[in-house]
Amino acid sequence: MHRNHVLIAMDAHTIAQGARAVRDALKRALDMTSLTDEVKVIETGSLGIYNRGVVLVIFPDNVYYVGVKVEDVAEIVSEHLIKGRVVERLHYTDVPVEKAAEMGAAPRFGKQQRVVLKNAGVIDPESLEEYIARDGYEALGKALTTMKPEDVIDIVKKSGIQGRGGAFFPTGLKWSFAAAEEAKQKYIICNADEGEPGTFKDRLILEGDPHSVIEGMALAGYAVGADMGYIYIRGEYRMSIERLNRAIQHATENGLLGENLFDSGFSFNLEVREGAGAYICGEETALIESIEGKRGEPRDKPPFPPSVGLWGMPTIVNNVETLANVPQIILKGADWYRSMGTEKSPGTKVFTMVGNINNPGLIEVPMGTTLREIIYDIGQGIPEGKGFMLAQMGGTTGGILTEKHLDLPMSVEALREIGSGLGSGALLVVDDSQDVVELVENFVEFFNHESCGKCTLCREGNGRLLELLQRINAGKGRMADLNLMEDLAVTMMKGAFCGLGQAAPVPILGCLKYFRDDFVRKIGAAEMAAAA
Amino acid sequence: MKTLADLRAVKEKAKQEMAMREQSAKYRISVAMGTCGIAAGARNVMSAILDEISKRGIQDAAVSQTGCLGCCDQEPLVQVTGADNNTITYSKVSPETARQIIADHVQAGRVVSEHVFNMG
Ligand SMILES: Cc1cc2nc3c(=O)[nH]c(=O)nc-3n(C[C@H](O)[C@H](O)[C@H](O)COP(=O)(O)O)c2cc1C
Repeated sequence: MHRNHVLIAMDAHTIAQGARAVRDALKRALDMTSLTDEVKVIETGSLGIYNRGVVLVIFPDNVYYVGVKVEDVAEIVSEHLIKGRVVERLHYTDVPVEKAAEMGAAPRFGKQQRVVLKNAGVIDPESLEEYIARDGYEALGKALTTMKPEDVIDIVKKSGIQGRGGAFFPTGLKWSFAAAEEAKQKYIICNADEGEPGTFKDRLILEGDPHSVIEGMALAGYAVGADMGYIYIRGEYRMSIERLNRAIQHATENGLLGENLFDSGFSFNLEVREGAGAYICGEETALIESIEGKRGEPRDKPPFPPSVGLWGMPTIVNNVETLANVPQIILKGADWYRSMGTEKSPGTKVFTMVGNINNPGLIEVPMGTTLREIIYDIGQGIPEGKGFMLAQMGGTTGGILTEKHLDLPMSVEALREIGSGLGSGALLVVDDSQDVVELVENFVEFFNHESCGKCTLCREGNGRLLELLQRINAGKGRMADLNLMEDLAVTMMKGAFCGLGQAAPVPILGCLKYFRDDFVRKIGAAEMAAAA
Repeated sequence: MKTLADLRAVKEKAKQEMAMREQSAKYRISVAMGTCGIAAGARNVMSAILDEISKRGIQDAAVSQTGCLGCCDQEPLVQVTGADNNTITYSKVSPETARQIIADHVQAGRVVSEHVFNMG
């Protein structure tokens, strides 16, 4: 028995700030003071505190320390761990999420509600036992021993969960398509490509709670009759890849992956496949091509992957966050899931908040939380007393939201109504000192780089848009450029081959609609200068 | 792991180890670990408390350490706070007394009256 647990956040951010060195120093200091038997050091995922250096929390005291450096370790050990005195100079009291929740309950703090992230920053992601302690693999055990595959699909359908990869397709319906196919082999693919700039939710889910995704995949496999799964993950996500591989190994060694699970006759194996970081490879059919070892270009749809997918076999592609929800839905039921969020968008949504915001980072809120609550309550507003100009919801392909949308509930249906969407869950907040036209050029530069080149509209369209925007920003724009840009954008939306080219114009059209004056002003000034 | 029972066995064991992070402890036990407490043997008292809790499989107790309580001649001091937030302070606690406090007070709910110290 240990009297204290020290949880140290080990995610890409904190590691860059020296979390590993702090961990090593801590272990040495505990060794030197003969405290190793009494104080356990646990590496965990993100603790939800960003931009504050190395973060750790000491239990049972529930004391958070931030900005911890190797030099501070001796003091934390001698003061806090030996004498029980909080080191005030490093103490952080603005804890983002109340971790003091009952086992399994969704902790709530203010407007956040943690379902997908219930274990992130709470358990050691490399410990199968800690995952199990928090109801892990109970859903799989329950499904395999007491439920038929149809029952699993039924609960997922009734829960109303929609895919979190951006398209919000009903997950239960997708699964039922693959289940209905007769095939000697079916596959489950977890889409962890996460290529959207500003999005890092899937990485933090995988780093903080890899087993939840593995369990979700096994449940999907049981539901549709697939015995093989792949996790397609971008190669840069080293830590997620390591943790996934370790989690797969632990689950396999303990009979939670592999053959004849829970003596049910159902088998499920998993492998990790690394992608090379092309944005288009997040599109499900390009992703499938990439796993097959081909160039990552999208396929014609239909047929859709649930009928013809990987190596021509029925395949379910689901996002990391979608899959991480599944075990809890099976365990707690559809009604529980529907008790969160809105009627048409049940559940919670994980967002990554970036840009001009006081408290950036990963949050999880019930669907339907308003933009104002997200930016001003959870994000604590815009720094330096500046005003809010716009938010882009859903990554670079996301729609533009302005002041008048602040009280709009962030749900699939509310955003659909204004011709927008939740997308990947990246929320970029932009203050009123920024230049919209330059911002748009920035977006288009990204698409121009990421266009795979397969179809003309996306390849040439993004190139032309970029030229036009560069010209305007260089003070050589013409008023006619605005209509030309709009024409081009609408044509791409209608005619591009895949979602990339179709969605690329969304933020451009949004900015042209809400901030046309800024474009006009810039061009007007240029025309005047030219005429003078 | 072949059955739900296998899984639950692993779960119960892991839960005990994680209990302190859940903040749901019924009893909070704190050992005074000032220089005075440590000199009087608080470290051995701490070890005995941790050992006894784990031997008895007690899940609803959290152990922490605190500084000098200002009664150095009474050390080692151990405080037990119940769910009602009432705190009982024990003085001159030996490792054996510490084990008794865990068995009687924390597990069975009976205060070990002969060692209670009135902080006044
Ligand atoms: C250009 C493009 C990029 C995409 N990138 C991702 C991605 O990084 N991650 C993801 O889960 N889905 C991505 N998608 C959506 C996938 O095609 C697919 O809809 C999703 O993985 C399905 O999972 P879900 O039903 O759980 O949402 C992308 C789509 C397009 C068109």
